[in-house]
Amino acid sequence: MRILIKNGRVIDPKNGIDDVLDIYIDNKIIEEVGKDLDYSGADIEEIDASGKIVAPGLVDMHCHLRDPGQEYKEDIESGTKSAAMGGFTSVACMPNTEPVIDNVAVVEYIKSKSESVGSVNVFPIGAISKGLKGEELAPIGELKFAGVVAVSDDGNPVTSPSFMRNALIYAKNFDTPVISHCEVKSLSDGCMNEGYVSTILGLRGISRAAEEIMVSRDIILAKTTEASVHIAHVSTRGSVELVRRAKADGAQVTCETCPHYFTLTEEAVMGYNTNAKMNPPLRTDDDVKAIIEGLKDGTIDAIATDHAPHHFDEKDCEFDRAKNGIVGFETALSLGITYLVKTGALTMSGLIDKMSYSPSRILGIGKGSLCEKTAADIVIIDENSEWTVDVNSFYSKSKNSPFDGFKLCGKVVYTIVGGRVVVRDGILM
Amino acid sequence: MLDGMKDLLGLRDLSAEQIEKILETAKAMKFVLSQKNKKTAHLLGKSVVTLFYENSTRTRLSFELASKYLGGFSSGVSVGVSSVAKGETLIDTVRTIDAMGTDAIVIRHSMSGAAHLAAKNARASVINAGDGMNEHPTQALLDMFTMKEKKGGIKGLKVAIVGDIAHSRVARSNIWGLTKLGAKVSLGGPLTLIPPEIECMGVKVYGSVHEAIIDADVVMGLRIQTERQKSGLFPTIGEYSRFFGIDEKRLSLARPDALLLHPGPVNRGVELSSAVVRCPQSLIEEQVTNGVAVRMAVLYLFTKRGEEE
Repeated sequence: MRILIKNGRVIDPKNGIDDVLDIYIDNKIIEEVGKDLDYSGADIEEIDASGKIVAPGLVDMHCHLRDPGQEYKEDIESGTKSAAMGGFTSVACMPNTEPVIDNVAVVEYIKSKSESVGSVNVFPIGAISKGLKGEELAPIGELKFAGVVAVSDDGNPVTSPSFMRNALIYAKNFDTPVISHCEVKSLSDGCMNEGYVSTILGLRGISRAAEEIMVSRDIILAKTTEASVHIAHVSTRGSVELVRRAKADGAQVTCETCPHYFTLTEEAVMGYNTNAKMNPPLRTDDDVKAIIEGLKDGTIDAIATDHAPHHFDEKDCEFDRAKNGIVGFETALSLGITYLVKTGALTMSGLIDKMSYSPSRILGIGKGSLCEKTAADIVIIDENSEWTVDVNSFYSKSKNSPFDGFKLCGKVVYTIVGGRVVVRDGILM
Repeated sequence: MLDGMKDLLGLRDLSAEQIEKILETAKAMKFVLSQKNKKTAHLLGKSVVTLFYENSTRTRLSFELASKYLGGFSSGVSVGVSSVAKGETLIDTVRTIDAMGTDAIVIRHSMSGAAHLAAKNARASVINAGDGMNEHPTQALLDMFTMKEKKGGIKGLKVAIVGDIAHSRVARSNIWGLTKLGAKVSLGGPLTLIPPEIECMGVKVYGSVHEAIIDADVVMGLRIQTERQKSGLFPTIGEYSRFFGIDEKRLSLARPDALLLHPGPVNRGVELSSAVVRCPQSLIEEQVTNGVAVRMAVLYLFTKRGEEE
């Protein structure tokens, strides 16, 4: 299988490329990137990318594929189709499956199922603690050896500071990034951001202190142990400021945010909209501004989706009872283009960096670039194409998105995974 | 006037005119209540179902009596012995009730927004009889009816609401209604029980109860809902009553002709002293009577959609 992508605006943040170039792919590998490449042959698929952006396939460092255990919400097949439609070629899935990814067997299951039915590369994230209970360390070395790219207890954050400290130190042995979902549970007994909107809706609020106290704790632990930590889905101004200062102090801290934290506020909950319920909760305008500033000045390294599929019935219920989280693969890139690039907050290259090379670098998976002789994971984007989000058209099994009906800019035209065209002309193959 | 509104979910959604219309109608209903023969035809051929997921004496009974006085049918679902106990969801229960030709569903639920969810899933009018910490509109309407009856109007009144504001749907509905009708509302209570940014609703917050009460025309005590408390919001019932309870001394800081209201049931000796419960300024029983009148008005107005005004 040979592919020649002609005349696209090639953006490759890792190599500092932003130029009209051609890309030649042979046998799953990017063979050459250059001007006016001349390859011919009947078996070459030529893609005219003029007027389009050709970029490294996107890398999502934080998603939930629900497989094994909750296949009624999503499975590896549907989840990776959804990811491919959103321009992702690699996704890292969180360990809160049933059973939890805290043993080699589950890692093997995910790897083998992804290879047989997956549309994109799947990188499992292992648990920090057995059963996500925060009591005993999961076998981080064995998990790493089996193929996990990071460890995290995600939504069941490690409560004990000493346990977290040991986890950060132990993970250094295996160069395994530790991803921390920062939430002090005793401060987060609520279902939306604490503030005026929670007051008038009579909903229990979650103080930003719940997030910021644990961000501080993990920064201090990383500093004092000279370990590294990655802060998941930063949502408040305070967290952005803590990470900014920690980086200035030389701590080995990285962080991500999600599209909903730079596009929506707590106002989206009005009317008891359960598709605006997530953890951490949507915050305020001021927080959105701070998140965007953090993305601009590099405090926030990456944009992840936190794709969290839930069945319709799990959202069509009382707000208190509704599950946390939203699907994100099929809207993330367009939200970035619409709310960050079109507004001038980030350049297109900046956005692509935060959605491909930067998360790949944090995970150490060698993706997110258009280097020659590497796997041909590529996305082609029509940045000016306008479309209206229709959740019913999602490839994800779940439709829980607060963006239904939003008019967005930027569509994925091609997704190429390891030289295989998975999305062609916006249609899943 | 109510523009064919299907549901009464909260006073946040109503205009001053719409609230006045309900209060005016309630006045006529109170006249009906005072008659020997309390039967009218306002709800003739209509059915009202009460669906209460939380305990209630006065609210539930007053809705059922209101319906009967107006010639309607009323039935109640007892959550403990219904399919809810078998795990039926709120939506399915509401749809089931709706499918029986019900004209109004009166719902009380421990979760904020439950009435809104019911309204989305029913053809029947949904009347919110209290949803979590959000609203309890008919309680506020009967409170305002009582104030209007005794004071002649709401505009310009100083109303002090005292106690557990954070967990109180009665407080929220009263704040919406009273501020819309031009009253000045002050809040007092332990700061752990005052929700954040509530000043944005147009009220004044005081750290001490006596400051909130000074010169008030109306003092409203709220029930301390111990079942909803997380620990650590205040130390003891004794300390609560000493610093935040309403006794004769504190009540005397209000205007001499001030009214004392409480939505009931009262924790005597906690938020109100036994003496003030029985004092001449206390209108707690009057509120109960007015509750029936207000609920008659609400059932009548919200079930006559599409009919001649």
